[in-house]
Amino acid sequence: MMLKTRKARDNLWAGFFLAPQLIGLLLFTIGPVVFAFVISFMEWNIGSKAEWIGTENYQEQWSDPLFWKVLGNTVQFAIMYIPLTLIGALIVALLLNLKVKGRTVFRTMFFMPVVTSTVAVALVWSWMYNPDYGLINAALSVIGVEGPGWLTSTTWALPSVVILAVWQGIGYNMILFLAGLQSVSPQLYEAARIDGANTWQRFRSITLPMISPTTFFILIMLLINAFQVFNEPYMMTKGGPANETNVIVLHIYQTAFQFFQMGAASSLAFTLFFIILIFTLIQFKFSKWVNYDA
Amino acid sequence: MHKRPLSATIAIYAVLVVGAIIMTVPFLWMLSTSLKVPGEIFTFPPKWVPDPIVFENFPRAWNALPFDLAYINSLKIAVFVTVGTLLTCSMAGYAFAKISFTGSRIIFILILATMMIPNQVTLVPVYMIFSELNWIDTHWPLMIPPVLGNAFGVFLLRQFIAGIPNELEDAAEIDGCNRLQVYFKIILPNAKPALAALAIFTFMGTWNNFLGPLIYLHSEHLFTIPLLISSFQGLYTTDWTLLMAASTISLIPVIGVYLMAQKYFVEGITLSGLKG
Repeated sequence: MMLKTRKARDNLWAGFFLAPQLIGLLLFTIGPVVFAFVISFMEWNIGSKAEWIGTENYQEQWSDPLFWKVLGNTVQFAIMYIPLTLIGALIVALLLNLKVKGRTVFRTMFFMPVVTSTVAVALVWSWMYNPDYGLINAALSVIGVEGPGWLTSTTWALPSVVILAVWQGIGYNMILFLAGLQSVSPQLYEAARIDGANTWQRFRSITLPMISPTTFFILIMLLINAFQVFNEPYMMTKGGPANETNVIVLHIYQTAFQFFQMGAASSLAFTLFFIILIFTLIQFKFSKWVNYDA
Repeated sequence: MHKRPLSATIAIYAVLVVGAIIMTVPFLWMLSTSLKVPGEIFTFPPKWVPDPIVFENFPRAWNALPFDLAYINSLKIAVFVTVGTLLTCSMAGYAFAKISFTGSRIIFILILATMMIPNQVTLVPVYMIFSELNWIDTHWPLMIPPVLGNAFGVFLLRQFIAGIPNELEDAAEIDGCNRLQVYFKIILPNAKPALAALAIFTFMGTWNNFLGPLIYLHSEHLFTIPLLISSFQGLYTTDWTLLMAASTISLIPVIGVYLMAQKYFVEGITLSGLKG
């Protein structure tokens, strides 16, 4: 009897402490997800009456060449952004994990882009990309290369957006890698040295496996970031030229808040959700290389 | 200690220095441009040190748009969201870490699962909820949902609070403290490092948020800093000295806060990113 009242009291207290987060979860996540799923089967333009149209939104969106264009751009963005950020961050972390002078200063410099708002730094990068007076083409001209009109070129606009994203993303992931590297026991390296392993062999057979959980975590987060990229293309190109930098979230934003097609936008959002889900599951499926025994 | 060959040392510093230059050049270039007279940006090759150095671009940018209001708006939203998030996340974290209640595991997994859902999915329905409430073009849509829903924060604080020794709580309970008193007197003071980490993340994330203000705010007097900068771009696409002065004005507080708090910042990331 005593136990029962204690349990009941605990339930009440838990309810009290959880209430704000649970109410938020219901009002702003679970409820809206269900709501969005329903809307995605409706023709619902702001101002008009909602009408049930089944899977028409999905069919319409998926048969729209623009959808495949923005999906392709997003995938291209991910293919460039993920490895560049991952490898860049890992290299910097490996170097800063060594005994080098001025570690704190280097760390500060690499981290500075992380804290700044994408909107402001995108503006700065747009100016650096300026074909006639920008810093980048001026630097290229020194070595005799005539730079393109970065943000107006159909070839270079997407890579230009990627470069800004990588520049801003390296610092954060570098810190995660550093934390992972510092948890690797020095004895392991010592033992490997005694066995005569060279730097590359030690990296290959100790460092990489020991930081694999960190790498896996970073990989998944980068994938999610890549599929949700919005600020950079919005600020630098508005999706242009000729939709070359138009990505899924920008497309959703335009569909919902410029054309006010809420049903169509919801079907796009769910498509994005499933794509992210599938990619994440695939990554988990092929995560045998991740070593959690550390 | 194993001595590193000189060639390796040179290579290490070369990579670090080149990398660090790439990271900082955009900021220096922004500053340099913001101190030029408009005509001077069209010289080739570009000059790093402006001649003459002019400061007029700063008052010009400041007066062209309501920067002071935007600062106040951004500050108000970020402080509200940060304080609120710390409160609600530490409450939930305490419940999950220290109270055994019915359905604890399932509710915890449910909260974690919501992290998988991209924001874009809930964007439209949440917009419609706020539209029904007549909260469009107010700050509420930017302040309420983040405070009431932060799975990452709940997870971080649960992990941390679980590590606070039970003996501390037991002692407080013997002294006659109820759960609420334990939460305020034992849990909150002992969870300071995790709270600091979450505070830094939440503040920076809210301060730099762009999509939310872009969707919800229409009146200029309500604009946050990123939204103001974005609208500035549309108005002055050709006057780069002015745009760079505006960017500088908008970045000074974040960079300043970062330089002062960088130790905690890095600890915060280490703490929250991996000690899962």
